[in-house]
Amino acid sequence: MSESRQPQNGQQNGHVRLPLGVAPRGFRGRVDAIEVQQQSGGLPPAEIENRLLELGFVEGAHVEIMHEGAFGRDPIAVRVNNATIALRRREAMAILATQDDHA
Amino acid sequence: MRSPAAGRRSNYPGVTVERKAGLLLTPAGRSVNLLDLPGTYSLRGRSPDEEITRDVVLGRLGSENAPDLLLCVADATNLRLALRLVLELKRTGRPMMLVLNMFDLARRRGIKIDLARLSAELGVPVVTAVAVKRDGTGELLRRMDELAQTSLGAGENTWKPPSAADLRAAQRTADRIIATAVGEPERPDTLTARIDKVVLHPVAGLVILLSLLFVMFQAVFSWAKPLMDLIQSGFDTLGELSHNVLPDGLLQSFIQNGVISGVGSVIVFLPQILILFLFILLLEDFGYMARAAFLMDRIMGSAGLHGRAFIPLLSSFACAIPGIMATRVIDNRRDRLTTILVAPLMTCSARIPVYTLIISAFIPAKHFWGVVNEQGLVMFGLYAAGIASALGVSFLAKHFVWQEHETPPFMLELPDYKLPRPRSVAMGVYQRAMMFLKRAGTTIFSMMVVIWFLASFPRPPAGATDPAINYSLAAIIGHWLTPVLAPVGFNWQIAVALIPGMAAREVAVAALGTVYAIEGGKEAAAQIGQALASKWTLATALAMLAWYVFAPQCASTLAVIKRETGSWKWMGVTFAYMLTLAYIAAFIVYHVAVALGAG
Repeated sequence: MSESRQPQNGQQNGHVRLPLGVAPRGFRGRVDAIEVQQQSGGLPPAEIENRLLELGFVEGAHVEIMHEGAFGRDPIAVRVNNATIALRRREAMAILATQDDHA
Repeated sequence: MRSPAAGRRSNYPGVTVERKAGLLLTPAGRSVNLLDLPGTYSLRGRSPDEEITRDVVLGRLGSENAPDLLLCVADATNLRLALRLVLELKRTGRPMMLVLNMFDLARRRGIKIDLARLSAELGVPVVTAVAVKRDGTGELLRRMDELAQTSLGAGENTWKPPSAADLRAAQRTADRIIATAVGEPERPDTLTARIDKVVLHPVAGLVILLSLLFVMFQAVFSWAKPLMDLIQSGFDTLGELSHNVLPDGLLQSFIQNGVISGVGSVIVFLPQILILFLFILLLEDFGYMARAAFLMDRIMGSAGLHGRAFIPLLSSFACAIPGIMATRVIDNRRDRLTTILVAPLMTCSARIPVYTLIISAFIPAKHFWGVVNEQGLVMFGLYAAGIASALGVSFLAKHFVWQEHETPPFMLELPDYKLPRPRSVAMGVYQRAMMFLKRAGTTIFSMMVVIWFLASFPRPPAGATDPAINYSLAAIIGHWLTPVLAPVGFNWQIAVALIPGMAAREVAVAALGTVYAIEGGKEAAAQIGQALASKWTLATALAMLAWYVFAPQCASTLAVIKRETGSWKWMGVTFAYMLTLAYIAAFIVYHVAVALGAG
């Protein structure tokens, strides 16, 4: 996970950059980095990172939040390139995305 | 070519959790032993179903060699994750072929796939297939013949669990290959997004899910009725026929009371079981089940269950056995154990015979507000009790047994919707039907023979005035158990029926049928319900229903729990906690009912 680690800041080249876990429904953007800050659900950060990668959350992938659940707007359904992946906002916090220009 | 394996990425986890074997013949006459493996995103083996796939592919299963050929079946409309897996699988050194399934659908969406380019970039042969069509796999078989004629030499296995850097690199390569060999869809699938807008809507989605479940259970009762009547009258005719043909005596009693009325009273429920499975399999094939898991994740989570547990628990409405096996998609051991523990509490189809028998005998078939059927309402209540107790037990397990155990992540692919394939749905329903009939023919039949024997021997002494059964072994055993079961309102006939009912729930109905048939004479055989209504109090009937919500009366389920958890301990825990709950529930219901004047 070290190769992709970049300083996390809200703005980058004038674009909004935020964790997918806090992004609203309708958010469109590109994955900037996968940074798992803490262990989650009893799994070590490296394992969470691997699982996100295996589901296609790789730097550069296009993401769009399509749907969210009824309670606490959780979980979310994210279109990742051509597939739809459901996950909880807690794990989506590790996916840092830059919002698309036209959005 | 002895044993090529099909590594298959299925639509959503839970479809294939076991390897399934089958033989097929190629055009050149080669006999191929095909293994269908659980779908996976990687060979890392994060959950038991994925471990099966890993071990077969790597040839780690003791009994089997590594497959001669891997067939990696991928959805042609959604290749991104599959191509990464292909790159990972290449490292195993096994000969491999990529099968692009649903190629017709990809073409219809205007996705141009340069097969030659794709094959060259990946370094593996690529064929197209249309699994729905009868001849949709012709090219695949021809290519397998071609490959077999050249060489199928295995390379060196350099596979090791990929690191995050490996995964990133492989996905980038896969994305690059897609960019060069696969075109963007000209007519993207907008249908899935449009359906999901409604189906995954925070409020409408939950309403739709509940409505679907409601329609499903209504259908189980109303649609099945004519067919069940037909089967019932068939068995009645058969019983009368055997009564007329055979001379009076033991053989006549055995055939009519033991075999025909016993087995018939169970087979009658086949239509209900088929309708339930038809619904589940259709929703599964359509792609809805993963959505259901999405909608239920938070609700299940508050009860200490994983979102993925929804699918196994829903299957458990049909039968706990496939439900417990489907828990293999849950990677966390504690979550999986909790789900296995509560799966038998969901109202399985084997309880339907017991419930319908007692309800139709004791609850009047009244309607209120014109539409709501009172019997249906009680049935709905029993299902609700099953669900509530499952959620309650898992909540207690989470907070008192596991303690501070965090809910593991919920990550699930929501497949694009597609029309259910009639052939595969029909196949699934057929397999469930055969499983049920096999049980009726073996477990249930042999239990019926035992019950008939116990209820018929020893023969009453000459000049006895009471019904013959009062002198039988069944009566002796029943009376012996009465002190234990009397506090919950059960008579000795129920005690007798519960013993074989430990093997399978629906046997109790057949056993009651046999016991009351032998007790009441031939004409009573067809009318167990009436016999019960005249011999049981309402309190006893309600206590029996409460008992059946919880009682661990299914030897096959316990055997599957033993197998899936790999320990006698969890089987014992399940048996003990369910039996305790059953006794307590029946006790409370009986005494409350008696206090209210239903005794």
